[in-house]
Amino acid sequence: MGLLDHHGKIERHATLLLVLSFLVVSIGGIVQIVPLFYLDNTIEKVEGMRPYSPLEIAGREIYRREGCYVCHSQMVRPMRDEVERYGHYSLAAESMYDHPFQWGSKRTGPDLARVGGRYSDDWHVQHMIKPQSVVPESIMPSYGFMMNRELDRSDAEKVRDIMGVYRMLGHPYTDEMMDTAVTDFFAQVEPFGDPVADRYPGAQQRNFDGQDAVTEMDAVIAYLQMLGTLVDFETFVPDASR
Amino acid sequence: MADNSKKSANHQKGDPSTTGHSWDGIEEFDNPMPRWWVWIFILCVIWSVGYWIVYPAWPGINKATSGVLGYSSRSEVVKEIAEFEARHDVLFAQILETEPGELANDEDLHRFAVNAGASVFAAQCSQCHGAGGAGVQAGGFPNLLDDDWLWGGTQDDIVQTVAYGIRNEDHLDARYSEMPAFGRDELLSEEEIQQATHFVLSLSGSDHDAQLAAAGAEVYDYNCSSCHGVEGEGDTFLGAPALNDQIWLYGGSQETVYETIYYSRFGVMPGFDGRLREAEIRAVAAYVHQLGGGE
Repeated sequence: MGLLDHHGKIERHATLLLVLSFLVVSIGGIVQIVPLFYLDNTIEKVEGMRPYSPLEIAGREIYRREGCYVCHSQMVRPMRDEVERYGHYSLAAESMYDHPFQWGSKRTGPDLARVGGRYSDDWHVQHMIKPQSVVPESIMPSYGFMMNRELDRSDAEKVRDIMGVYRMLGHPYTDEMMDTAVTDFFAQVEPFGDPVADRYPGAQQRNFDGQDAVTEMDAVIAYLQMLGTLVDFETFVPDASR
Repeated sequence: MADNSKKSANHQKGDPSTTGHSWDGIEEFDNPMPRWWVWIFILCVIWSVGYWIVYPAWPGINKATSGVLGYSSRSEVVKEIAEFEARHDVLFAQILETEPGELANDEDLHRFAVNAGASVFAAQCSQCHGAGGAGVQAGGFPNLLDDDWLWGGTQDDIVQTVAYGIRNEDHLDARYSEMPAFGRDELLSEEEIQQATHFVLSLSGSDHDAQLAAAGAEVYDYNCSSCHGVEGEGDTFLGAPALNDQIWLYGGSQETVYETIYYSRFGVMPGFDGRLREAEIRAVAAYVHQLGGGE
């Protein structure tokens, strides 16, 4: 019982107990925390990724508010059946500007990581208003109310605030982007407005919901139509061993 | 203290020894862990060491250790896809070698193409064109079961439509047509649009006002016939729908036709070039072609 006797010494000495328990907890902490310092090296560098445009951020906020992520994931897993159905498997870099990320593998609805460009805007509008009108077997609820919820200047300013936070987190928003955030927000639904793609390459600019007013529907469709479209997979060669 | 508790009066012969701790005289037997549990624990520890060596495990400064097997989920999926492709290589190559229009001559190959096409259709096309290909009439998603084609119903036509899409800004070869918005852009007066509406309805024998239709004949002739044809027969080269049948893309009521002339409508279909393999595009075209209306 020699060992236990020594243990008794530690138990009876408060300072020694404190020092030794701190040591043990530190080792546990270091093992968990230090790998995070090198997190960057798990994300391969890809071309084409850019932070979200203001209207896309608004769409993303609505996507989160409505809990779309409860049924829809945004992560094509590296498996043949998923690649066949959704397209190239997702790369870590593709969610580098997602706070929080939308990964998942529970698919009540289909994965949306590569939904951009897959359907027309009209389809999205109809599908949001009444999903069953285009996909009879769908169990998705209606989100038609988004057609009636107009976005105004205060919403655009809220988005600019969000961009400020993202910037703090390291997203490369330039001063110019911050200055033009509010005008970009509205320009993206003007087909012939100031080209938003100058600052956000690959941003799609048009009247997404077909209505004159800028609505939540515009924002959500702008967001959905860009998902998974930024990296050009015709020129991208994945590092096979990652 | 430890020694004292071991010899306590409560301790009877045959009892396991105690842990040596005593709290106000309450002691604890030092029962050993079940042996099976201990062994599984030890085996797990040994297993984990083996796992570290064989599979990617420890994070490093630049990269995690890759393990002696060199396993990665990415190379796995590449292998899986290659295996699948190898299995269908010959048939896919044959599809590519055969002119789309002549696929049906080779019964076995055609059967393969139609089946492959059916699964592509279910994954990529059914959301707009319906699981059975019937489309959604009111929504402007064309029915693929009939022989009324917007852009032509030969296999070659279908291949082109699937590959490059319709009004798809990403590809120069996309199908493109543009009908003017006669009302919104003030090309026709309110009255003329009404007349044209009734004339269009008369072409297909739908309910119409004969007087307005008669007046609309001239409006139609000047403004619509160059694309939709003098008799409303349409033109698949221009993507102008036929107006002399009861098949409507957005519905054939008076209000809908009026709205179409007033605002015009532009359906959009994405191109699948790049999303699908060339052979899959040919296969899905073969599937659509044999649904009922192929030309």
